[in-house]
Amino acid sequence: MNRNLRLVWNGFIPENPIFRLALSLCPAVAVTTCVKNGLLLGLAVLFVQVFSSCTVTTFKSFIHPRIRIPAYVVVIALWVTVIDMILPVISPDVYKQVALFVKLIVVFAIIISRLELFASKEPFVPSFFDGLGMGIGFTFGLCLTGAIREFFGAGQLFGYDILGFKPLLIMILPAGGFFVIGFIMATFNWLEYKFTGKIPTSGGGH
Amino acid sequence: MKKTCSTALMLLIAAALWLAPSPGIAADAIGTGSFNKDTGIEIVFGVPVDKSWAQDPANYSVYEKPDPDIRIPVKNVELDPKGVSAILRFDQPLNVSAEYVVDARNITSQGKVLGSRQFLVKKSQAQILFTILLGAMLINNFVFTKYLGLCIFFGVSQKKETAIGMGITFTTVMVLSAIMCWALYNYVLQALHLDFLKVIVFIGTVAIFVQAVDTILRKVNPYLFKKLGVYLVLIVTNCIILAVPLINADSNHGPFESLILGLGAGLGFALALFLMSCVREKLELCRVPATFRGLPIAFVVTGLFALAFLGFSGLSIF
Repeated sequence: MNRNLRLVWNGFIPENPIFRLALSLCPAVAVTTCVKNGLLLGLAVLFVQVFSSCTVTTFKSFIHPRIRIPAYVVVIALWVTVIDMILPVISPDVYKQVALFVKLIVVFAIIISRLELFASKEPFVPSFFDGLGMGIGFTFGLCLTGAIREFFGAGQLFGYDILGFKPLLIMILPAGGFFVIGFIMATFNWLEYKFTGKIPTSGGGH
Repeated sequence: MKKTCSTALMLLIAAALWLAPSPGIAADAIGTGSFNKDTGIEIVFGVPVDKSWAQDPANYSVYEKPDPDIRIPVKNVELDPKGVSAILRFDQPLNVSAEYVVDARNITSQGKVLGSRQFLVKKSQAQILFTILLGAMLINNFVFTKYLGLCIFFGVSQKKETAIGMGITFTTVMVLSAIMCWALYNYVLQALHLDFLKVIVFIGTVAIFVQAVDTILRKVNPYLFKKLGVYLVLIVTNCIILAVPLINADSNHGPFESLILGLGAGLGFALALFLMSCVREKLELCRVPATFRGLPIAFVVTGLFALAFLGFSGLSIF
């Protein structure tokens, strides 16, 4: 497999930002009451991640190491402001539900950690694909959680009635998000145990 | 000395008499009412009024102070046995942080028409602030019902000692940065019509402020710095610290409201952190299934906490 593809795959499953690295957990619980919200926020993060990775890797020789964190924050905040102006035009009613979290992308740990660990060291093309992979992995995580919660909590998917009744109302309550993420994480751990034979230590929780 | 005292006392009594509501109903005098839950308004007439008059909803017109044209329909009126006060009931819940006006037309007592009277209904500032504090701390706890600050929440809740240190540091920084961001937003960003820059400005302010506290604390109180210094840097990545100024800006909070929201958010976070650390210390000694060890079980425990905090919804003191 070529390296760029491997970088994308890496962000998708082996280092999935939500379930394996356990970064940026707040949006993973907060906006996933339905798939649509998760998808929109996931795409917003994908956009910010790719563009800030590209920006940082382009200008990395100009950023003094001692002030790198504030510099990264400013770059991320810039792209967040851009997406925060684009989204309300594309999809106004879904945006209303995730508005606060779109602004909070600035403090999502996943983006700044990718800039620090990857984009500040590697050239342009791998940084782009790494950002793409992480963004896709994040979107996948949000959609999976959203699908499970919407299906069991409201009996719907993408807003369409599937079951016609609500099997487990608790899933769309605040508590349900925590339960679902906990169980998906445990499933990922179990899968890794099946394939590699050793019990992984789950992410740093940061 | 004694003479001045007694003069002052007499003046006070005179003032009190003057301020006390007169027993009769003066035409067009303005009275006050109070909210009864969020679907009722209680007004006091001062004299016993006729039951047939008081229980007719058509005699009252109720509106929010800024728009007198939008009348709110009164569902029914409950008069107390003495006929001195009444509770107006409404179909839709009222906005208890707004100001309402109740117009009572042709108040009738013992068959005689006494005139009309207006009642102003408003919560006092202290009540509003207390509601915000309680809301941010318990009812809409930022960790358990708004899911903010989870990264830090799971990161530092392993030990009670670190949880307490983080809680104190976070509350202090939160209150101060909330008030700073409020000032910056109202006096700089809004004045220059730069609202769209608020994300960049707020996160910049918080980062600079945390760096400043770090530097000052290191020089002024090295002991405290040793205890709390590690947590200071982590605070910048906490969503709550950015969410509170954003909420303040979106809902046009005043300086005190911003301060109290910051305080409530900080205290609520500290409470959540402390509760979680107590459980996780015990969890270390339990036999958890191997795949659930670490974060997955912490998530399930947090879910249980969130369920428990649902019990606070509907809590209201005033």
